[in-house]
Amino acid sequence: MTGTTLDDYTDRYAQRVRGMTASEIRALFAVASRPEVVSLAGGSPFVSALPLDAVGEMLGELIAKQGASALQYCVGQGDPALREIICQIMALEGIDAQCGASPDDVVVTTGAQQALDLVARVFLDPGDVVLAEGPSYVGALGVFQAAQADVVHVPMDEDGLIPEALEQAIADMAKAGRRVKFLYTVPTYHNPGGVTLPESRRERIIEICAEAGLLILEDNPYGLLGFDAEPLPALRSRVREGIIYLGTFSKTFAAGVRVGWILAPHAVRDKLVMASEAQILCPSMLAQSAVTAYFTTMPWREQLKKFQGVYAERRDAVLTALDDFMPTGATWTRPAGGFYVWLTLPDGLDSKAMVPRAIANRVAYVPGNGFFADGTGRQHLRLSYCFPPPERIREGVRRLAGTIEEEQALRATFGVSS
Amino acid sequence: MSFAHVLVLAGGLSFEREVSLRSGRRVLDALKLAGLDAEQRDADTTLLPLLLATPPDAVLISLHGATGEDGALRGVLELAGVPYVGPDARAARRAWDKPTAKAILRDAGQPTPDWITLPQETFSELGASALMTQIVEEMGLPLMVKPAQGGSGLGAHVVRTAAELPAAMVGCFAYGGTALIERFVTGIDVAVTVLDLGEGPVALPAVEIVPADGVYDYQARYTAGVTTWHAPARLSPEVSERVAALAVEAHKALGLRDLSRVDLIVDAGGDVHFLEANVSPGLTETSLVPMAIEAAGLDVGKVLGDLVQLAIARKN
Repeated sequence: MTGTTLDDYTDRYAQRVRGMTASEIRALFAVASRPEVVSLAGGSPFVSALPLDAVGEMLGELIAKQGASALQYCVGQGDPALREIICQIMALEGIDAQCGASPDDVVVTTGAQQALDLVARVFLDPGDVVLAEGPSYVGALGVFQAAQADVVHVPMDEDGLIPEALEQAIADMAKAGRRVKFLYTVPTYHNPGGVTLPESRRERIIEICAEAGLLILEDNPYGLLGFDAEPLPALRSRVREGIIYLGTFSKTFAAGVRVGWILAPHAVRDKLVMASEAQILCPSMLAQSAVTAYFTTMPWREQLKKFQGVYAERRDAVLTALDDFMPTGATWTRPAGGFYVWLTLPDGLDSKAMVPRAIANRVAYVPGNGFFADGTGRQHLRLSYCFPPPERIREGVRRLAGTIEEEQALRATFGVSS
Repeated sequence: MSFAHVLVLAGGLSFEREVSLRSGRRVLDALKLAGLDAEQRDADTTLLPLLLATPPDAVLISLHGATGEDGALRGVLELAGVPYVGPDARAARRAWDKPTAKAILRDAGQPTPDWITLPQETFSELGASALMTQIVEEMGLPLMVKPAQGGSGLGAHVVRTAAELPAAMVGCFAYGGTALIERFVTGIDVAVTVLDLGEGPVALPAVEIVPADGVYDYQARYTAGVTTWHAPARLSPEVSERVAALAVEAHKALGLRDLSRVDLIVDAGGDVHFLEANVSPGLTETSLVPMAIEAAGLDVGKVLGDLVQLAIARKN
């Protein structure tokens, strides 16, 4: 008799999924859903801050009055009424008609994640290079890897992407004969870095990319969630061409509606629309109608301020707790907005290897290696402060500090560093 | 007649929560297909009040790792007077702690690889370097390092050179405070399901495990396509007999009940060695017990249903 592998399709899978296996780290995170565990891992927005009763009424009215259209297909590019609203939202960060932003160039997507996938489908061939900050958003890395592109990371510091490092990376790729298709960047309240690119660097990054003929993919999910200042003008607000801009309603309204968008140059827009139609036919009209109703009938500006206040309080809680509890040698970023703190462990520690100890101590985080396409970054980890209340954040950081100290003691005993 | 109401417990707070939830789902489906009235729930703070207010006819524990396997939950069920499938709390505790189970088998004259059990504190108190040197000198290489408690291959490492031992110890202690360091036996890994439907324990056909890269770690266990399983194992009739006999002997020596899975290794000479026993074995789509039950020509739902009836009968 022959044995079984319990998978009769192994010789039929596409090359790009052959490395997909069960992961013990992913399995460990199953425990993080239990209330005993303080999860500083996931980046779920705190949607409970929404006036849920009022949103419920709004949705009821939407179906009652516009059900026949809201429950129907729509055009592949997305509902024109929503595209108008998207332009109003983008104008808050300087992307307006002055810089050529038009509802005609907006493509509505199923969250910004589909937007990333569409851009990858339109631009990436296997073996192409994407430049991205190191660390970079894990969801984007997954998309680029699925497109069989190679991600080359460009270092950041406390002010985000380092222009000189970007120049060096472009030169290195040119020298190696590699084709770089675009720079993927989250310039404002970076995920997972928690850092923001200042004005001076924004100009310089755009110049460097323009000189190199490199497209920029600007991903801006958190731009309106600043705590300490007005939003910085987006990269796209400074130039008309050379930038594809991604936005989302996941943080300004609700992640569950899964509505995002792309603002692209005309020619690119057409390809994106065709790619999206091939993929999903059209974005959910129900979800788009809900977003439109929210931004036309609800006090969304006040709600945005409320979100900013909630997240600012949690940012303060995590930073205070880190100051109070973290052992010597640990360092971390101090975000001015967004959801994340990027923590660097004391020398010799490995955030991935430390996960089971952290889970046993009832705290969860995301190990840093997930944010690097090359698997480096194990001395770092990401802490999300967006979801747990401040007192739980403080308790979680206390548990994490204890975990780090235990891990240091263990590694000192065995003389092992990562 | 009214159908027995069975509560399937799955989830929990152990490292094996995800595996447990998958096992629980499969158990639930199998019991329902077998015509039982079953529901699944987590073991959390709402469990005990529920057991007391509306006790089910029986509980089937699909929790892996601590609580589900260390006897704690079984003790709670005994306190609540609710019958359950599987061994009692004391026997579960014996099997759960791998060094304890090995000692019981060794005392019963059964073969199990030499081992030493060491908590993390011993290394810090006595000096890890000298202790590891002594371990390698006395026990030789290769070694298997694994947490004294827990399953799914989490924290387990094969150590082939002395230089690999420190990292293996660190990896092991991430999952628990006590390590089992065992002489590694090269051979054929087999898992034997022992089933007792009221007429004494019998061994079902052994399942042979052939991981693609030789190590049966978490990925190899739970990624379909990575490991090849043979049920029954490709063993001679004589070796098969020895495998079955040792599995049943382990089940008896540990005082187990109803259903267990005994992990063994067959060395190049055909000798069989006891590695560990599992009182709440996995029942996922890539787990070994369902393969053994099916290889025996039995139906998973029917077997579990019969075990539920036995548990109910024990109470009565």
